[in-house]
Amino acid sequence: MAVEMIADMELVFKYPESLTPRVTHYCPGCTHGVIHRLIAEVIDELGVRERTIGVAPVGCAVLAYDYFNMDFCEAAHGRAPAMATGIKRVSPDKVVFTYQGDGDLAAIGTSEIIHTANRGELITTIFVNNAIYGMTGGQMAPTTLPGQVTTSSPRGRDVETAGWPMKMAELIGMLSGAAYVTRQAVLDVPGIRRTKKAIKLAFQVQLAGLGFSMVEILSTCSTNWGVSPLEALDWAKQNMLPYYPLGDTKVVDEVRALMAKP
Amino acid sequence: MAKELWEGNAAIAEAAIRAGLEAFFGYPITPQTEILEHLSHRLPELGRVFLQAESEIASINMVYGAACAGARVMTSSSSPGISLMQEGFSYIACSEVPAVIINVMRGGPGLGNVAPSQGDYFQAVKMAGHGDFHPIVLAPGNIQEAIDLTVLAFDLADKYRTLAMIAADGSLGQMMEPAEMPPLRPVRPPEERAAWALTGAKGRKPNIITSLYLVEEELEKVNLRLQAKLREIAANEVRWKEYSTEDADLLMVAFGTVGRVCQTVVREARAKGLKAGLLRPITLWPFPSARIAELAGRVRGILVVEMNAGQMLEDVRLAVEGRRPVHFYGRMGGIIPLPDEILPQLEELDAATRS
Repeated sequence: MAVEMIADMELVFKYPESLTPRVTHYCPGCTHGVIHRLIAEVIDELGVRERTIGVAPVGCAVLAYDYFNMDFCEAAHGRAPAMATGIKRVSPDKVVFTYQGDGDLAAIGTSEIIHTANRGELITTIFVNNAIYGMTGGQMAPTTLPGQVTTSSPRGRDVETAGWPMKMAELIGMLSGAAYVTRQAVLDVPGIRRTKKAIKLAFQVQLAGLGFSMVEILSTCSTNWGVSPLEALDWAKQNMLPYYPLGDTKVVDEVRALMAKP
Repeated sequence: MAKELWEGNAAIAEAAIRAGLEAFFGYPITPQTEILEHLSHRLPELGRVFLQAESEIASINMVYGAACAGARVMTSSSSPGISLMQEGFSYIACSEVPAVIINVMRGGPGLGNVAPSQGDYFQAVKMAGHGDFHPIVLAPGNIQEAIDLTVLAFDLADKYRTLAMIAADGSLGQMMEPAEMPPLRPVRPPEERAAWALTGAKGRKPNIITSLYLVEEELEKVNLRLQAKLREIAANEVRWKEYSTEDADLLMVAFGTVGRVCQTVVREARAKGLKAGLLRPITLWPFPSARIAELAGRVRGILVVEMNAGQMLEDVRLAVEGRRPVHFYGRMGGIIPLPDEILPQLEELDAATRS
């Protein structure tokens, strides 16, 4: 009888085809799961799963290929944009994206992301910024905030010796090859909705051949920040949002026209 | 096709095109930049992919990506640039995707100089990156061989889904001589790319290409599979050339440019009454150990000549297993040993082994 009831109802929420049914290895409260789902929903909605190739990073999302139901490869630390460039150049009809954390993209892979964006490679980068190295156990990242305590900045990040947190969305947005760059946050439901819209636009920019697109997503790491998942969301709002303002840092006219379409 | 006058670097580049090269990613470095320059006009005019990357690290990772997508792909560099690519070599080897690397070696260590050298033998043959693997390493001794071995490198890389490296040196890259190009092979169309390649999971399960195996037993299994493949390559792909070894008392072993110099030494030694012969390895990995061991049983002594401090020397000694004296003569700094300095070494070996 239950089945009949379901059959009669309109299906309004289902598991995305672009995700595998595996249980992830992510910590409780981690926002990677939310971001994975948003990407999967977007790929489903655009109907491009069967021609999408993902490039996984080194970091907490190193096993992303276990969770996305599509062709995937695993790059060396920081090199995902170079690998994605190689894939896209020999397979221009495919949809190619990288999924990278802040250590991967903003430290060891700074050169690769800057030049990939500057060439205007027709790929999409999802950049997850949680201000810390997660997988190696909570060391200082290039995005770690001034004064933030990590296992390698035990007295807090001292900008005199460790420099300042990198604002990647602003930096990449300056490059002529970048068509659409934005910073969003998955710290509450309205933010998650806006992030999904941005991810969809980023993929549409690639499909329209307009240039490089990147969505920086402010995220949390309750495990390595040493707080509960809920406290982590609050900490990010109070500390990350003032330093990393949300919003678009690059929207070329062609993308604006795309945004105006219904 | 008739013989034409080819510069070594341009010949390697054109041979790669003839072999069906679909995409090249590279970075300028002397003495191999003409490869990149030749491909920068030839590939676009053929509708294929040429990209000058921001670094050798980016180049090799672009190669890795294109190889994962199933394209016939290569990069080229010289010693310091090859060092930067080693991270990528290791990932490519573990992921079992085919790729061709050209190393036109220059003097080292460090920035060294841009003169011809064989200082990267160890790097190519013994330790092309972290972990247990060997690329197939092919060492041309003239421009015709550089052409033929470049074509072979693509076929071997494809056949074994592995890295194949051309280990040339600056003089081979820069000199000109007559050579014949193979005919232009058609490029493999994208729809004929291998079943394992990342082409989009349409009507099939997703293809995953990774070098990450967190469970120890799984990673050991991957390593055992790689080792089995290396044994198969070692059994099937050893190549070398011999000169006057039939009746030789004294055997020289030398590869590449100096292997060619030693062909002159054989002639000059024979003119002086010394029964000299030469074995010139074409594959540095797999190494022609069995043949060297066989010849060692028939000669009085062996002279290894290299443009380094004695690197292949170790492999010759391993093959000879102490049964015969193995002498060495080498020049470093980008200097090519000349026949009139090698011949006295051979005479010394002759004197030392006469009883």
